[in-house]
Amino acid sequence: MGLERLNPAGTAPGEKQVESRGGPILEMRGVSKNYGSTIALHDVNLHVANGEFLTLLGPSGCGKTTILRLFSGFETPTRGELLLNGQVINDIVPEKRKLNTVFQNYALFPHMTVRENVAFGLRMQKRPKDEINRRVREALHMVHLENLADRRPAQLSGGQQQRVAIARAVINNPLVLLLDEPFSALDFKLRKQMQFEIKHLQRQLGITFVFVTHDQEEAFAMSDRVVVMNEGYIEQIGTPKEIYEEPESLFVARFVGEINILEGVILEVQENNSYLAEVEGVVFPLRTRREFARGEKVRVLLRPEDIKIYHAHEVSAPSRFLQGRINESVYKGATVDVSITLDNGTKIQSAEFFNEDDADISYNAGERVSVSWVAGWEVVLDHAAE
Amino acid sequence: MKKTPYVYLWLIYAFLYAPIVVVIVYSFNKARLSKDWRGFTWQWYESLFSNQPLIDSALNSLFLALCVACLATFLGTLAALCIHRYHFTGKRALQGSIYLLTISPDIVMGISLLILFVSVNIPLGFVSLLLGHVTMAMPFVTVTVLARLDSFDENLIEAARDLGASEAKSFLHVLLPLTMPGIAAGWLLSFTLSMDDVILSVFLCGPGFEVLPLEMYSLVLRSQPSINALSTIMFLMTLLLILLAQFLAHPRKKAKKP
Amino acid sequence: MLQNKGFRFFSITTVCIWLGVFALLPNMALFLVSFLDRTDTSFFIPVLTLDNYLRLFAPAFIRILLKSLALACVSTLTCLILGYPFAYLLARSNRRVRPWLFLLVIIPFWTNSLVRTYAIFTILQNNGVLNTLFNRLGLVEGNFSLMYTNFSVFMGLTYTLLPFMILPLYASIEKLNLRLLEAAKDLGAGPVRSFLHVTLPLTLPGIAAGSILVFLPSLSLFYVPEILGGINYRLLGSFIQYNFSKGANWPVGAAASTVLTLLLLLMAVFYRLAGRNEREGGAAALSAPGGQTAPARVERG
Repeated sequence: MGLERLNPAGTAPGEKQVESRGGPILEMRGVSKNYGSTIALHDVNLHVANGEFLTLLGPSGCGKTTILRLFSGFETPTRGELLLNGQVINDIVPEKRKLNTVFQNYALFPHMTVRENVAFGLRMQKRPKDEINRRVREALHMVHLENLADRRPAQLSGGQQQRVAIARAVINNPLVLLLDEPFSALDFKLRKQMQFEIKHLQRQLGITFVFVTHDQEEAFAMSDRVVVMNEGYIEQIGTPKEIYEEPESLFVARFVGEINILEGVILEVQENNSYLAEVEGVVFPLRTRREFARGEKVRVLLRPEDIKIYHAHEVSAPSRFLQGRINESVYKGATVDVSITLDNGTKIQSAEFFNEDDADISYNAGERVSVSWVAGWEVVLDHAAE
Repeated sequence: MKKTPYVYLWLIYAFLYAPIVVVIVYSFNKARLSKDWRGFTWQWYESLFSNQPLIDSALNSLFLALCVACLATFLGTLAALCIHRYHFTGKRALQGSIYLLTISPDIVMGISLLILFVSVNIPLGFVSLLLGHVTMAMPFVTVTVLARLDSFDENLIEAARDLGASEAKSFLHVLLPLTMPGIAAGWLLSFTLSMDDVILSVFLCGPGFEVLPLEMYSLVLRSQPSINALSTIMFLMTLLLILLAQFLAHPRKKAKKP
Repeated sequence: MLQNKGFRFFSITTVCIWLGVFALLPNMALFLVSFLDRTDTSFFIPVLTLDNYLRLFAPAFIRILLKSLALACVSTLTCLILGYPFAYLLARSNRRVRPWLFLLVIIPFWTNSLVRTYAIFTILQNNGVLNTLFNRLGLVEGNFSLMYTNFSVFMGLTYTLLPFMILPLYASIEKLNLRLLEAAKDLGAGPVRSFLHVTLPLTLPGIAAGSILVFLPSLSLFYVPEILGGINYRLLGSFIQYNFSKGANWPVGAAASTVLTLLLLLMAVFYRLAGRNEREGGAAALSAPGGQTAPARVERG
């Protein structure tokens, strides 16, 4: 980032952004935030690449909204630095930051029409009238609301209000658009549609989006990268696939979907990240990037869809499988969800997809089965890790 | 709902309105003292409008009420903003004393201000009335505006600032317009309180500045028949103010239908 | 937001100074005067004395105080008994007509109470409407006097103050969630028990607010007893007013007003207790009985 780059607040709106995609547009360096004695953020470091769609994911109270409010300027960090486009913005007031926010409840001005709402930002910048009119028209066109320009927010549906909120924010050509759980007030179908529209809009505009949600499905569907947060700490940053398939902690594994957790002990360290381990009393080969020593206790994490179940008669060497009984089997349309209790009492959830080659995936409660998993799909964590 | 309970509603309405209706009707009655109907007349209204001291006091009251309404609305709104937006030591005490002032009897306020003004030699008259009425009306403005501010969505200010409005501008373009119905209602309220006030006026009025409520009070005590006419006018003015307030509270009812 | 330091300083200072100078300071002065002596030429002189309070124990004042309290209690109770069912019916009336019915309560609420006191005077007066009506109906022969009695003052207070009872009651009853009553019914409570155990406790803040708005003015509105009870009919408010005008004994009047202030503080405590379960709505019900469409107005004496 060259020295000649201006303070982002100083760049004229509409000026072409020149830096390459991929550089950090937004950055947090060692940021902590305390409210009295409660600590909302612990020493957080975060890079947001230019042009990416980044999602902050976590349960309520994890600090994700605090991060958004720090960026937008409605909170000031207790410690650490915030950077926008390479410039420290700690002391810059919200109205001078070239970021815009889509609020959770939209925060549309009830006393203004849709047009006036969308024009607000440009009016504050004292743009010429005809430019405002033109850009408002364009923005409304972009979100398909040209016909409703003279209505007031109260006369719009939830989805329409959402679109106004988006148009009102992006019309200012922000460097980054911050979205604070923007779909929480919408019903399921509308939410799906808006997810699609937002994703499409982000590609079209090429603006960096920082999105906050507690819904992992939503996060995965929309994001380039996901930041999983818990109790003020960043648990993991990665692509949706990495987060789902390679969770780095039990918290992440549990938060982003169903997970089976099996107890194990390393018996033998082999080459190429391979180990032999006793898992719930049965010896299995394990593969993991992590380093373990002989005798170390581990946890083996398995997604339900990675579990394989065999009828007793299908298995020739039962000693190489976990043994258990079917508790119940629930037909879910695309899958059959099966819950199994192993002989040592551990419960396992499995989701089997219908497969034309293997139609026999119906199980009766109480039936004895052998259980294993798709080799290499296991995630192995240190037993101490939480 | 069954019909019978409504009978009770209308009985109470009758109790509330019958005396006022009687006053209005008799303001047009020729009879001077008897309550028998002796024919229609405008004479009481005429005598009212030819009573120069009464007209003067009415104009005085009007002028006073306008000043009171503006000053009390300003101070009351300021107080509401303080309580709503800021945290400071003594805020709870301020809030408590404002609520206490709304129920505190006027007579206590009247005599205490009288003692103050006499002690520091402020002559009784326009100034003492103005200060007294503003102090009386201000807490009501605060309460009315606070009720409005409580329903105000804090995110709107943040949204305005997020869109580039400075603090002053977000106040001007967002907070003020949305609080305006409460402020306007507070203004009307202060105006009415000042126009109607007998009790503070009894103590704080001076010889050079007569006000309508006191003139009225003495007319009532002397059972002057023109008081019917004056009461009717006052009642109609109240009616007008209420309709105005209703209009201010729901100014955009028509815009509801797209 | 409004974090602007200058505005913050300006607004807080202005408000605090105004209330300090025109509310706190005068009340302290009033309290002080209640301990001062007087002479025939000065309203008060800087000589401390307890005489003013001792004079409040004279039978004459005790009689006035007891009569005032009795009348205020009876008026408040009457307003409550008349007003509660009224407010209940109003709050449960048809949604389409309710705004209009409500407006009909607002109008007397805002009407000058001197006008309304005079109106009740025309009804009660000798030769008045009630008198004439009763004559016509043949119920009573000749003139009968309702005026200048405890009854006429009671009628005046009840008539003038009824709207101030109805509005806070209405506000709290309208807020009441009907589901709760249905739940009570579902759990086997009859109409009486569901009223006693659900409706009444939940509308207690409204009852408390309404009672304060009727009780305090009943004690202190001095023109109502003067117009309807006659020049020599004296209640607490008239006693204070008399001492500050014709009687010209400010310190005694100040001491009497201390009684009123003590009652006010007692009521405020009572109100807080009544609203304990329900913090937020309470204060609004007290001070803005009409909600947003009907700004607060309290008749004070």
